[in-house]
Amino acid sequence: MVIQCAIIFGCLALGELVVWLTGIKLPSSIIGMLILTLLLQLKAVKLRQVEGMANFLVKNFGFFFVPAAVSLMLYFDIIKAQWLPIVVASAVSTVIVIVVTGWIHQLTRKYL
Amino acid sequence: MEYLSNPYFMLALTFAVYAISQLLQSRLHFSFLNPILISAIMIIAYLKFTDVSIECYNDGGKYIEFWLKPAIVALGVPLYKQLSAIKKQLLPLLLSELAGCVVGIVSVVLVARLLGATQDVVMSLAAKSVTTPIAMEVTKSVGGIPPLTAAVVVCVGIFGGMTGFRVMKMTHIGNPVAQGLSLGTAAHAVGTSRAMDVSDTHGAFASLGLTINGLFTALLTPTVLSLLD
Repeated sequence: MVIQCAIIFGCLALGELVVWLTGIKLPSSIIGMLILTLLLQLKAVKLRQVEGMANFLVKNFGFFFVPAAVSLMLYFDIIKAQWLPIVVASAVSTVIVIVVTGWIHQLTRKYL
Repeated sequence: MEYLSNPYFMLALTFAVYAISQLLQSRLHFSFLNPILISAIMIIAYLKFTDVSIECYNDGGKYIEFWLKPAIVALGVPLYKQLSAIKKQLLPLLLSELAGCVVGIVSVVLVARLLGATQDVVMSLAAKSVTTPIAMEVTKSVGGIPPLTAAVVVCVGIFGGMTGFRVMKMTHIGNPVAQGLSLGTAAHAVGTSRAMDVSDTHGAFASLGLTINGLFTALLTPTVLSLLD
């Protein structure tokens, strides 16, 4: 478990380092994820050296969002003032993204 | 009653409330009983009722939120497992992601403007489909309100996770790869956790959708927004 944490946090720390060195406008966590994928692909890290911890984190992803969802209560006044455009635009756009992404993917995998 | 805001009590409360929410969802099979949403509602109700501030809650809550970043890194594992499948269909993946990203930004901006949202709110919505850290970064760079983005992102994720499979059923998106990809693209990590519930393939392509859309959104939002003005 310690090795697993060392690898995952190591990738995250490398991600932080990349952000700090380059000033790139991407989150360190996404860069860390790409680094972990790369290390696995290069066989520098073996799957069994991270799999247990990674599965635990991925399976419980939703739980880690709860505090951010609770912070919603701080913005009740802005949301109250403009709830209609915020809610309708977000909901409509989310449905559009799901449909467009799915359709284009199904079409292109069939014809390309 | 200072104990009501003890950080360890807040942690225990969050675990307990989430466990109850999961139980509720698995017993009742209602997709709107999203565990994140139900937990947040119960905790907000608790904070209002006991008059404990959100800052006090976050003394405990920050230790939970802390795990979001390592959890995103851990998505590298399902991504790695699907690498060969990804290589086989690189072009369809990139094209559908590009379309999803641009359509997502354009549609949310146009609808919000049409309904009379102020400019700062419109800018805060542009990056609503992608994971919180990227979305807040983008909002900062285009002149929106980052905390509002964080709130909207969570809601979009929950909404996408709740309605995603129903929408895809109605629109005949049945391929597991397309389903996972759509969920991750539209509803970031919350959609991905919903996809993980269904199968590993769904989960892997959802994390791929989350990643590529995150990258595209970070790179393209300023340009797309300037074209809309």
